[in-house]
Amino acid sequence: MPSTRTSADVAARQAAAPILSARDLTVDFKLEHGWVRAVDGVSFDVRRGEVLGIVGESGSGKSQILMAAMGLTAVNGRCSGSVTLEGQEILNASPEQLDKVRGSAMSMIFQDPMTSLNPYMRVVDQLTEVLVAHQGKSKAEAVDIAVEMLERVRIPDARRRISLYPHEFSGGMRQRVMIAMALLCRPRLLFADEPTTALDVTVQAQILDLLNGLVRELNAAVVIVTHDLGVIARLCDRVIVLYGGRIMEEAAIDALFETPRHPYSQGLLAATPRLDDDTAHDLRTIKGTPRALAGQTAGCPFAPRCDRRIERCTAETPALQRLASGRAAACHLVTS
Amino acid sequence: MTETLLSVRDLKVHFPIGKGLLAGAKGVVKAVDGISFDLKPGETLGIVGESGCGKSTLGRAILRLAKPTDGTVVWLGKDFFTLDKASLRKARRELQIIFQDPLASLDPRMTVGAIIARPLKTFHPELSRAQVDARVKEAMAQVGLAPEMMRRYPHEFSGGQCQRIGIARAMILRPKLIVCDEPVSALDVSIQAQIINLLRKLQRELGLSLLFISHNLSVVRHISHRVMVLYLGKVMELSERDAFYANPMHPYSKALISAIPLPDPKAERARERVMLQGDLPSPLNPPKGCRFCTRCPMAQEVCHSTEPPLSPRSDGRLVACHFV
Amino acid sequence: MSDLVAGSPPSLTSSPPVGQSPFKASWRRFSRNKLAVGSMLILALITMACFAGPLFFPYGPQDADFENISAPMNLFSIHPFGTDEFGRDLLLLVLDGGQVSLAVGFFGAFVAVLIGVIYGATAGYVGGRLDNFLMRTVDVLYGIPYFFLVVLINIVVGRTTGGLFVSIVVVLWLTPAVIARGQAVSLRHREFVDAARAGGMTEGQIILHHIVPNSLNVVIVYSSLLVLEVMLTESFLSFLGIGIQPPAASWGSLIDDGAAAMETDLRLLLLPCSFLVVTLFCLNFIADGLRDAFDPNER
Repeated sequence: MPSTRTSADVAARQAAAPILSARDLTVDFKLEHGWVRAVDGVSFDVRRGEVLGIVGESGSGKSQILMAAMGLTAVNGRCSGSVTLEGQEILNASPEQLDKVRGSAMSMIFQDPMTSLNPYMRVVDQLTEVLVAHQGKSKAEAVDIAVEMLERVRIPDARRRISLYPHEFSGGMRQRVMIAMALLCRPRLLFADEPTTALDVTVQAQILDLLNGLVRELNAAVVIVTHDLGVIARLCDRVIVLYGGRIMEEAAIDALFETPRHPYSQGLLAATPRLDDDTAHDLRTIKGTPRALAGQTAGCPFAPRCDRRIERCTAETPALQRLASGRAAACHLVTS
Repeated sequence: MTETLLSVRDLKVHFPIGKGLLAGAKGVVKAVDGISFDLKPGETLGIVGESGCGKSTLGRAILRLAKPTDGTVVWLGKDFFTLDKASLRKARRELQIIFQDPLASLDPRMTVGAIIARPLKTFHPELSRAQVDARVKEAMAQVGLAPEMMRRYPHEFSGGQCQRIGIARAMILRPKLIVCDEPVSALDVSIQAQIINLLRKLQRELGLSLLFISHNLSVVRHISHRVMVLYLGKVMELSERDAFYANPMHPYSKALISAIPLPDPKAERARERVMLQGDLPSPLNPPKGCRFCTRCPMAQEVCHSTEPPLSPRSDGRLVACHFV
Repeated sequence: MSDLVAGSPPSLTSSPPVGQSPFKASWRRFSRNKLAVGSMLILALITMACFAGPLFFPYGPQDADFENISAPMNLFSIHPFGTDEFGRDLLLLVLDGGQVSLAVGFFGAFVAVLIGVIYGATAGYVGGRLDNFLMRTVDVLYGIPYFFLVVLINIVVGRTTGGLFVSIVVVLWLTPAVIARGQAVSLRHREFVDAARAGGMTEGQIILHHIVPNSLNVVIVYSSLLVLEVMLTESFLSFLGIGIQPPAASWGSLIDDGAAAMETDLRLLLLPCSFLVVTLFCLNFIADGLRDAFDPNER
């Protein structure tokens, strides 16, 4: 399969119109102690055939971006900004409008298949429910499509297994069922929230392989949220690095891993243990702890932990600057 | 000194399913099914495997936190499993454990200072309050916690800090061995690195031995001297670290290493992958013969009938496979 | 710490003030519940009145004021609630009866909880056959109608306040036992218990230092409901005549007397009734407030 991940390919793809556009997305939550900001002015585009990775640690707000786009933000949350799907505004849309697009034009794979599949319904019912509701298929047609999709996600003996309950599948198989469910209506946009984090390493490899193949086949746009840089490297074309609810860096995949520009990206990559790095030395760490959610603060959210910070970093929040070759970074020290 | 610290022989931990007044045992989960290894002072053994391999159960059984079904553990020359309650308690001073979920391993109702002090108070009730406090502050400083935090409660700390508290608690009695049960799996990458560095520091400065249980081979590589690969309760390979990562011998080891996604897109694309088929068999019903035979790309007929013994190879490493 | 769970709001990791134990945090939550706090105040007032009030009277509840037989209610007279046909001061009667009701209620609940928690925590923590045996015994006891037990105990011990106390506790310790056992079972698998064991603590030390403090939450919540139950049970039994016997009185027995005299003097019924009802309402609101503040499942 030809590589789609070099900067040149990315630049070429940027010519087409994006299927999903987020502009200044901000998500606040009302807690006992006041309002906190989980996502702070995030903007990005995704195009069909492209896999965008959003990487960040706990508290970075990465999952909340997906929740906001899917209209799944908790009741004490408040979203502002804009998220458009094929030109249509979906942020803060009404449940009726969202129901039309969720499951058909856009769908989501969650981290824990056990809690996102209904344990009291047979898999066949859960899968066909989506088809009958959104595409008006008859039950029999829906079952056929569902079985075919289960075979696509490589579940052996699909026609028999489809009548089982979720708990009768193993962890890896459940995740495949969830992927099948998400892809049934052939969505043009797929969200994935830590899709392999709960899986064993060998099963994760199978699922990543599967996702890779399916996504290319469907030419869907994919947004994957994860903390695992290895998964990002495996699947993504472009990546956004998130910290404290803000974008720190955005780049094509090769560019980010080869030459990270933002101190946080550099720190994150240095702190990740690899199979081929030098074990004689300690891992290079980022001091301090990932930022807890807080109210709005001035300055770069990463400043307290950055060992290259200057005075300006705590006084003025750096804007996300466009750099050469489709990259961007939010840092006062990165200017070109 | 090369005297063996810990010697495990043929350890088995079986859990019966479906007991009760009237029901008979419906089956047995053989979580740990005949594991043997030695550990020298100052050595760290990385124990790796996926879910159901028995690594956590192994760690707990060695400490007698889970009930072993069979096998022997010799700790500092004494048979650990036949120790009476009093001697067992005394021995606990030197064998400690840190857990995967940092917050769950701390009693939410106790202050952090009290949590760290508890093992000390248990074994040295004669110490004065001032002496206990001094030792607690020393332990906290050792793990990089500000001693002023003594009076706070666990829920006020982050995951990484909670893990440091757990380590301080384990360290306060100056043990010889610490069983680390997935200690960094629940932590963010940047914090994970801090904790790994901390453990490395304690290894270096205090000559601690660790049994480092993890599913993350990259992390294990940074902290272990030897690596033991488990699958469904049995040892597949036991090897020196560098030799293992440079050239894994057992097909399962190869698959494990191959499955780890590298944080390096170019390397990822260029990789040769060993893809396993199917899912992990149920531990209630492990395959006959070699446990790995249902998923092994190299499996032959003999693998389905005869279990390969764990036997030494030319470079001293142990592998359980008919063909390697 | 795991990242934000899909769909659920994030939580702060460092906002609460320094050194606040979960216990104190729960009490703070409770104190914000105005209804519960108000109920506590009213209950405190009633309790004080019942125990300290009679001291202000120069005579006892059974003493007759022959000059003021069947006096009507007049809050500014020396008999604020009036007197009954025997000249007994009604306010004093009610306060005195309150002493018994409240004492049996609180003390009875306390003892029932104490027995129940020790029994249940041991069963839950030790597990295995002991657990089985102890809890099947509880199941059997649950099956015996409590009325039958009360009558039996009354016959054996005689109709005394002590007998009543024993029969109530004997019946009502069962539920705290079951709850404490449930708590102990879920706690014994928690990692900090394993950590304690690895740290060399004996089983007894673990129960005392780890299991019991962590069960207090749930025990507090259910104890408050138990006070209610004990008071109601005592009142009911006394009302039926097999509880408190004269010359002692409780609100229940006063209600019994009052019901008999309903046609001639409604006050005899309404006064103890109102006190009982107000007390029970207060206990209810307090129990609700405690549950909202303390119950880990509600959080």
